[in-house]
Amino acid sequence: MAASQQIDFDIVVVGAGPAGIAAAVVAAGAGRRVAVLDNTPWPGGAIWRSPKAQPDSARARRWLERMHNSGALLFCKTTVFAAPAPHALLAETPEGTMELRWGQLVLAVGARELFLPFPGWTLPNVFGVGGLQTLVKAGWPIAGKRVIVAGSGPLLLAVAADLRRQGAEIVSVNEQACAGRVLRFGAALPWLAPTKLFQAIACKYRLLGVPYRLGCWPISAQGDGRVESVTLTNGRKIWNESCDYLACAFGLAPNLELPRLLGCKVENGFVKVNEWQETSAPDVYCAGEPAGIGGMELALIEGQIAGFSATGRRGMAQRLFQMRRRALRFSAALERAFSLRTELRELARGDTIVCRCEDVPRQQLEAYGDLHAAKLQTRCGMGPCQGRICGGALHFMFGWESDNVRPPLLPVQINSLAACDGRAGGGDVSNQVQTQKS
Amino acid sequence: MAEHHDIVIVGAGIVGAACAAECARAGLKVLVLDRGCVGGGATGSCMGHVVVMSDSEAQFALTSYSRRLWLELRPNLPPDVEYEICGTLWVAADEEEMAEVYRKHKFYSERGVRVELFDGAGVRAAEPNLRPGMAGGLRVVDDGVLYPPCAARFLLDRARENRAEVRLGVAVRELLAEGGVLLEDGSRISAGLSVNAAGAWSPSLTRGLPVRKRKGHLVITDRYPGFVHHQIVELGYLKSAHSMTADSVAFNVQPRKTGQLLVGSSRQFDAEGAEVEQPILSRMLQRAMEYMPGIGRLSAIRAWTGHRPATPDKLPIIGPSVESERIWMATGHEGLGITTSLGTARLLADLILGRKPEIPAEPYLPARLAAKMSHHD
Amino acid sequence: MTEASAKNLLALCLDTMETEQIHIRVNGRPVTVAAGTLLAVAIAQAGETSFRHSVRNESRGPLCGMGVCNECRVTVNGQLHIRSCLTPCEEGMDVRTQ
Repeated sequence: MAASQQIDFDIVVVGAGPAGIAAAVVAAGAGRRVAVLDNTPWPGGAIWRSPKAQPDSARARRWLERMHNSGALLFCKTTVFAAPAPHALLAETPEGTMELRWGQLVLAVGARELFLPFPGWTLPNVFGVGGLQTLVKAGWPIAGKRVIVAGSGPLLLAVAADLRRQGAEIVSVNEQACAGRVLRFGAALPWLAPTKLFQAIACKYRLLGVPYRLGCWPISAQGDGRVESVTLTNGRKIWNESCDYLACAFGLAPNLELPRLLGCKVENGFVKVNEWQETSAPDVYCAGEPAGIGGMELALIEGQIAGFSATGRRGMAQRLFQMRRRALRFSAALERAFSLRTELRELARGDTIVCRCEDVPRQQLEAYGDLHAAKLQTRCGMGPCQGRICGGALHFMFGWESDNVRPPLLPVQINSLAACDGRAGGGDVSNQVQTQKS
Repeated sequence: MAEHHDIVIVGAGIVGAACAAECARAGLKVLVLDRGCVGGGATGSCMGHVVVMSDSEAQFALTSYSRRLWLELRPNLPPDVEYEICGTLWVAADEEEMAEVYRKHKFYSERGVRVELFDGAGVRAAEPNLRPGMAGGLRVVDDGVLYPPCAARFLLDRARENRAEVRLGVAVRELLAEGGVLLEDGSRISAGLSVNAAGAWSPSLTRGLPVRKRKGHLVITDRYPGFVHHQIVELGYLKSAHSMTADSVAFNVQPRKTGQLLVGSSRQFDAEGAEVEQPILSRMLQRAMEYMPGIGRLSAIRAWTGHRPATPDKLPIIGPSVESERIWMATGHEGLGITTSLGTARLLADLILGRKPEIPAEPYLPARLAAKMSHHD
Repeated sequence: MTEASAKNLLALCLDTMETEQIHIRVNGRPVTVAAGTLLAVAIAQAGETSFRHSVRNESRGPLCGMGVCNECRVTVNGQLHIRSCLTPCEEGMDVRTQ
């Protein structure tokens, strides 16, 4: 049975966030046939995505418009789940399975939040930080609700400020990194990333009156049927704050599944890329968070470099190297400032759920020395999230490396997994302008 | 090192674990070694059925004996073994397969195995998600499914209660003719005898052993309680299982206690790699959808592969090796390792201790394959 | 369809979506939302906190907001395990928390 669509492209970009959009704009600008795939309903990535494709920021609107005008074909609700043969990808779409044949591939698959388990973290209304922001941007009712923000990273301030603007009452913002590190980081911003300094000041201004605590972290969440209060500590004191929502995550973790499936080398937890954003896999590029957490600006730069490189315009790519160097310095400073403290490894008690899909508590896992053995006995990591949520926690808590990656990369219908025999087909692009259905 | 054991068992999969439990129960001092974790081979990637098979007398004898042992053990099994007596439903797609159903019905009935015959309407009443137009089927009432890695762990725990020791992460290079094993790190562990229970890897320990890796694919879905009630197998499974050359698929689906569906099955020789292969995976799933169209809309959350240890005559290898009376075999169980692990362990213990086995041991003895082994050298 | 007319159609759709209201049912109760609203948001607007029950029967709600955690899974038109944070509402959807 062949896929319902088999289409050839010169360049396929996976991920329609800033990195993917930038790569697509540049690649299509060279006249190549470009496809951009995204598994969510709208383009923009975690940072820009919104219904009606009308994100708040002018910059986001400009880039989206450039993409729409570029000639690149956008496929939303399109989930890449397998790479059955060289230069082929299988994707699930609402219309059926699509087999894409690509000449060059740009992986711009972004990052997800790092969650560390603590008692009560599974209660309803406990969200990630970016997670709550995404939902609120999409209309989740937050006005008048009390929100505690906790975890790590500059995202805490940015999201707290946004939520407050949407009418939420921010109870407190709690950063686990100690004051020394964060303040040193802040002090370096004027020369490291002046625009970011401005953004930080703006955030702090919007959060006037809200406690922004450094060196503080949550030790438990409590409530009946949903979170009602959070217990926090600074390592010396312990106190309780009541809330309606807890937004808590400990930084970002790169989405490495598709890069690993394609054989890209991973080093220090990120996709290894050279100056041209090339990975170790032939004709495969990577841009944005999977190559190193660095935020939107770095993603835009790397996306453009990848687009230029993939279309043989290394000269144009080189012109962006200096900007990338600066952005990378910022990204490195970020990693140092917000590295996670060891106390966070012990937040989960014996009965705290670590694998949410299969409800596996910590005490069941501690008997094992590695993820593979633990998985077989407890089924930790065998649920629909495929270990994406618990994997980061287990790596941080126990040093466990994740298992081999296999298709399907994400849960897909059996129909979709059955639809292709993986033999390379090929076909003209026929009437494939994808209108964005609501 | 002056340690000494009566028996060293190489392999902590279901067969090694069962042998350990049985030998330890009989008072022998047992050491189990595995280069990986408990159940990391076929045990950890298989479907976990406990079934009585009718394709030969020897197969029937071992599977029915073993299934009885599983049913006797069931009250002692912890919840995470998830041993459910869901029954097997063999389904016939046409009249030719229905003739096979009648043959099976006769075979099982004559031997006291509880079965129920269904016509087309009956088989669909038993499994409403089967497509219309099935010719009928046979339900083997007391067959079941379980979760093998936890079963293997349970059996090793049983063995430990009887002084057995289990060492994981220890790689064995050789089984020694004088008893015991030589480890990869060069050290030796002496023992009265050693047992090759290394499944798909057993030929690396016993050169020339005619065990071939037969690759299989499986898919597991999200939770859909009540979608399937029995383990369901198409009769073409038998053709697929018995082919020695071609890649083949056969419809085989299992309900897990979690409500997830395990969807199989496929068979490939000469496919040594562990990677999921899209062509045969999609053939397997298409076959499943032919029998149960509704499966198409279920969410597939994982796919994986495993290698069954297959012998030329489809029977496992149980008993003393031809090279040395101190080297024994308990391997080659292909797709029936979970079922026949308990019977294998009893047979092995009986033969070692000189007790009369409950079923004839001849069909499974290594010696029967001696002629085949010399062809391999 | 040419690319130009497709873009015009897209713009028309976007304009229409500005004002269109969609009617769905959440756990049997009628809910009206703007077109393009995510199912997860509609469920929250309907006042539900629990989206699904875990293996050990704990109430769960969305965590990651981006289709990774699978905690937001609900039943839509009889089909189980639909991630509500990635699914826009459609007219007439029958949504049940799990």
